[in-house]
Amino acid sequence: MIVERRGVRIVDTFAEAFGMRAARVLITAQSPDWAGTAARSMTGFATSVIGCKVEAGIEAELASEETPDGRPGISVLLFAFDAEGLTRQLIDRIGQTTLTCPTTACFDGLPRAEERVIVGGALRHFGDRFQSSKFLDGQRFWRIPVMEGEFLVQEAFGVQKAIGGGNFLILGADQRSALAAAEAAVEAMRRVPGVILPFPGGIVRAGSKVGAKKYKNMIASTNDAYCPTLRGRDGVESLIPEGANSVLEIVVDGLDRAAIENALRVGIDAACRPGVVEITAGNYGGKLGKHHFHLHALVGSG
Amino acid sequence: MITLTLQEQPNVPLEAESLSPDVMAPLSHDAIRALPVYLGKRQKRVDDFFTVEGEGSEELVIDGDATKIKWIGRGMTRGRITINGHAGMHLGAYMTGGVIEVSGNTTDWLGAEMSGGLIRIRGDAGGQVGAAYRGSLSGMTDGTILIDGSAGLEVGMRMKRGIIAVGGAVRDFAGLQMKGGTIVLGGGAELRTGAWMIRGTIVSLKPIPLLPTFAPACAYNPTFLGLYARHLRGLGCDIPYEDRDGAYQRYTGDTSVPGRGEILVWKPRE
Repeated sequence: MIVERRGVRIVDTFAEAFGMRAARVLITAQSPDWAGTAARSMTGFATSVIGCKVEAGIEAELASEETPDGRPGISVLLFAFDAEGLTRQLIDRIGQTTLTCPTTACFDGLPRAEERVIVGGALRHFGDRFQSSKFLDGQRFWRIPVMEGEFLVQEAFGVQKAIGGGNFLILGADQRSALAAAEAAVEAMRRVPGVILPFPGGIVRAGSKVGAKKYKNMIASTNDAYCPTLRGRDGVESLIPEGANSVLEIVVDGLDRAAIENALRVGIDAACRPGVVEITAGNYGGKLGKHHFHLHALVGSG
Repeated sequence: MITLTLQEQPNVPLEAESLSPDVMAPLSHDAIRALPVYLGKRQKRVDDFFTVEGEGSEELVIDGDATKIKWIGRGMTRGRITINGHAGMHLGAYMTGGVIEVSGNTTDWLGAEMSGGLIRIRGDAGGQVGAAYRGSLSGMTDGTILIDGSAGLEVGMRMKRGIIAVGGAVRDFAGLQMKGGTIVLGGGAELRTGAWMIRGTIVSLKPIPLLPTFAPACAYNPTFLGLYARHLRGLGCDIPYEDRDGAYQRYTGDTSVPGRGEILVWKPRE
């Protein structure tokens, strides 16, 4: 069955995603700018679990009335393969990027999650026994003295099952068209709650395949089937159709299946615009993960 | 809903720890009327002093001047007690959950050694609010006590956790031997506030006389007070915390113990 949206062909395939563990960190600060500074710092170098051990991104900006301490804030989502790895990343990243950032505080954004990991309870040691805690509504908060005043961080953060690696590929007639479509998709997807787009600007130009053809110790290597410069080369089964000359991928991590479906749906819809030849998805034949998002079902259900 | 209306003032304090949702909720109307209360050493029935309406409810309403009724809501874990009038000593002592609301005044040992729940007093309270009983190591260990009016001596004595917020002035020794938790003094305090405190926070929205064993630290706006401000605002109690409105002068002590507690005194921006 051929499905098209505004003249863009949607391939009958599925995006293949995998199970992860996620945490939500609410960063507050004296101003939205400082909350944003801390959030961008915390989510830096967090594009792919393969190389960064965590995938992180900004979920939303929060108004003062939406945050625990009544100050402007940013909601950040972090994803890792397991709770242990996620805990390490939370401690390292909050400790290095938020504790050090003027006026900030950090709170758990998944209060209903059953699994809880100790973060502030580890960071408190920076206080060299000058730290103190407050206990409110069943939660402990650590007050760590710093030169500027105090850093406030919640002792435990919720961790829940999540899904990483939802994706779709935009095959454009040229680089400019593909990038414009990807930018439109990112703008739409960033309005969906419960998801992040962990790559730079939400867009991946270097999609990968599982393993490698030549280097056997590589976990991932370039997705040669979608590299336009490799079309026609021996050993490459190019999947780029006639008329397409540049491919960009959008990767989305979400707290649950519904959030990823919503994000993919609005993203694909926004990407269907002039200059785009085809929309497809990263399908690794079931080798990567058990969560499959069928593009036709997503587009049809919109 | 169960409604008790006080018909006869006891001539001496009446001990009535059976006036609690935990005790009354599973009982029939007749069983509630027959519940024991103690007038001195004599066991009496609830209906010797109150008219009783309703049965089988976790919501208890007491109408009348219950100043001489002690131990109402002792150890309650759930439900709600509304007192339309005044209440006597030990109201909500040892409670672990539920809500008590009093439209008038109450006297000493309000919420003593409570570990959860909410008590709201629209009028004044006596001494030893949320305190430890004599010989006991810890006062309240969680929960919230809100008093719109004033309170007496030793508010929060040896408290370990939880919040006590008093709208009016309190008398001497607020936070005596405090081990944790937070006391908010909306109308200031008399003498020796925080004496021998080890940990915990006393927030005063008015200037108060301080012991010489408290050392001035800095003027700032603690972030954690934003959390408390939001929590208390939901309960109808406002505390300032934004730097555009002023700052808190922090004093640490009591150094005579030595303690690591703090007294935060609000100074509005001029």
